Amino acid sequence: MNWIKNFVRPKIRGLLGAKRETPENMWVKCPETGQMVFYRDLENNQFVIPGSGYHMRMAPDVRLKSMFDDASYETIALPQATLDPLKFRDERRYTDRLKEAKQKTGAEDAILAGSGTLDGLPIVITVQDFSFMGGSLGMAAGEGLITSMRAAVDKKAPYVLFASSGGARMQEGILSLMQLPRTTVAVRELREAKLPYVVVLTNPTTGGVTASYAMLGDVHIAEPGALVGFAGPRVIEQTIREKLPEGFQRAEYLQEHGMVDMVVHRHQMRDTVSRVVRILTKAPPILKNSINGNGNGTALVPAES
Amino acid sequence: MHAYLDFEAPLAELEGKIAELKAIANPDSAVSIGDEVKALEKKAAKSLADLYQNLSPWQKAQVARHPDRPHSADYIATLITDYTPMAGDRKFGEDNAIVGGLGRFRGEAVAVIGQEKGHDTQTRLKHNFGMARPEGYRKAVRLMETADRFGIPVLTFIDTAGAYPGIDAEERGQAEAIARSTDCCLGLGVPLVSVIIGEGGSGGAIAIATANAVLMLEHAIYSVISPEGAASILWRDATRAKDAAAAMRITAQDLKKLGIIDDIIGEPLGGAHRGPEQVMAATEDAISRSLRAFSAMPPDALRAQRRDKFLAIGRDL
Repeated sequence: MNWIKNFVRPKIRGLLGAKRETPENMWVKCPETGQMVFYRDLENNQFVIPGSGYHMRMAPDVRLKSMFDDASYETIALPQATLDPLKFRDERRYTDRLKEAKQKTGAEDAILAGSGTLDGLPIVITVQDFSFMGGSLGMAAGEGLITSMRAAVDKKAPYVLFASSGGARMQEGILSLMQLPRTTVAVRELREAKLPYVVVLTNPTTGGVTASYAMLGDVHIAEPGALVGFAGPRVIEQTIREKLPEGFQRAEYLQEHGMVDMVVHRHQMRDTVSRVVRILTKAPPILKNSINGNGNGTALVPAES
Repeated sequence: MHAYLDFEAPLAELEGKIAELKAIANPDSAVSIGDEVKALEKKAAKSLADLYQNLSPWQKAQVARHPDRPHSADYIATLITDYTPMAGDRKFGEDNAIVGGLGRFRGEAVAVIGQEKGHDTQTRLKHNFGMARPEGYRKAVRLMETADRFGIPVLTFIDTAGAYPGIDAEERGQAEAIARSTDCCLGLGVPLVSVIIGEGGSGGAIAIATANAVLMLEHAIYSVISPEGAASILWRDATRAKDAAAAMRITAQDLKKLGIIDDIIGEPLGGAHRGPEQVMAATEDAISRSLRAFSAMPPDALRAQRRDKFLAIGRDL
């Protein structure tokens, strides 16, 4: 019954080469207020609901474009990881779930990395994609993080991560758990190379991802309202058998409890990241020609290289 | 008398009968029950051997959690002399889910850290069933850093269902504490040897098990999530834990094949709790072998070995 919807349609879409930026539905509902927003308006507002300020999920490619100069970057080729080493099957085969996620997103796994410049400064930016199996961290994503962090080391460029993940990919069992120490090795390499590592926590980031590289940044930024935590709210509620307090594990709560440096609206993200990495790399400041800083700044002194 | 697991029911019956017979045996009695006891004992031994010859992953999970199984405190008491416990993370508090301190292993100075589940209601509450809060991991980091400064090896005993999922733990940065602890393991310039003695539960385990050598008891388990947790998420049915346990590859034998652990420490027939002395001796030998292998390595080589070992995981599957 769902075969047509779940398989044939994505397949056809894949064949036609249509990207998911093409909205199936031209109207989008705000998950918080229920307000209906025209897709174009949402897109023009960096996927922040104009009225409520709710930060919607942003496709990895759109995110990278929003950060790099002239919306242009070079994709970092990420290695192929062994597919389904455990021959895992729950109610469905893991390989089927993977296939479906690939068709849905057009990506190989839950990660996209690009290199380019931000206000003239060379930089590597990696985005985790929650739409690909909940952004879960498996061997491919782990290898992708390591490769992209090492690309930053090679380029002597700051590294920025937009984290978003439900945690470890259970279908890879212990091999997904092993991505915690493995990615931590790469974070240490960034640190040894004295390169800034900025983590931007987006909605949601939980589980093993927070228990490794996503909590080891030099600077932690969170998007407003982002859910960030180790254990998911449902697990905690089941354990303690109590309702969780309002705003628990949200970005603002994390800031209050000392886990993130700042909560930054998406409209200010680019400028904030740029400012931070420029200070840490001792690059000259940027003179902005627009106060809301939606894009192109002009360097006081042209950035080197 | 042991507590029996569900799958040990036939064995429980046999051993129960033996105990009963022995209790009523009276040297003055005209009827000799010696022969019958002997026959039953033989049957019980066979039943035990049969049961344990081919434990399913889910059965192993139950053995790994057996209430009588030796815990970290037992290993420390048996293998560590001059044990000097240390307490507190110097930031917030003392977490008894992770115990540890200084001591000697076969006469040589070591720092030891272990997740302790407790063995009765009182101690289980005291140790929070082995589920650590951020303070526990931060204490572990403090101990590891101290050991590193003084150039003494670190031993860790892993036995946790996972890090504690609670409001207070989240509030104080459970994720960050685990991440820092893993990070600290990777930075140590001294040998770090970990033994998974019962349950290696996810991030809560890896935080102190990112080691030069990871050893694992024959019936211990190590996984990214508990079989029950995986069942409720992937199958949407917690009663499918048996299937989840099998699908996830959580046994020492599977993990050795996958290159996750370095060595398996044998257990007596029927599990560690049926012969704690034997398990302790085997564990002592295994730790000793690992320590010897790493004791001559300079700090940079130890860090490189650890880093390369983890980076290599999964690349040749």
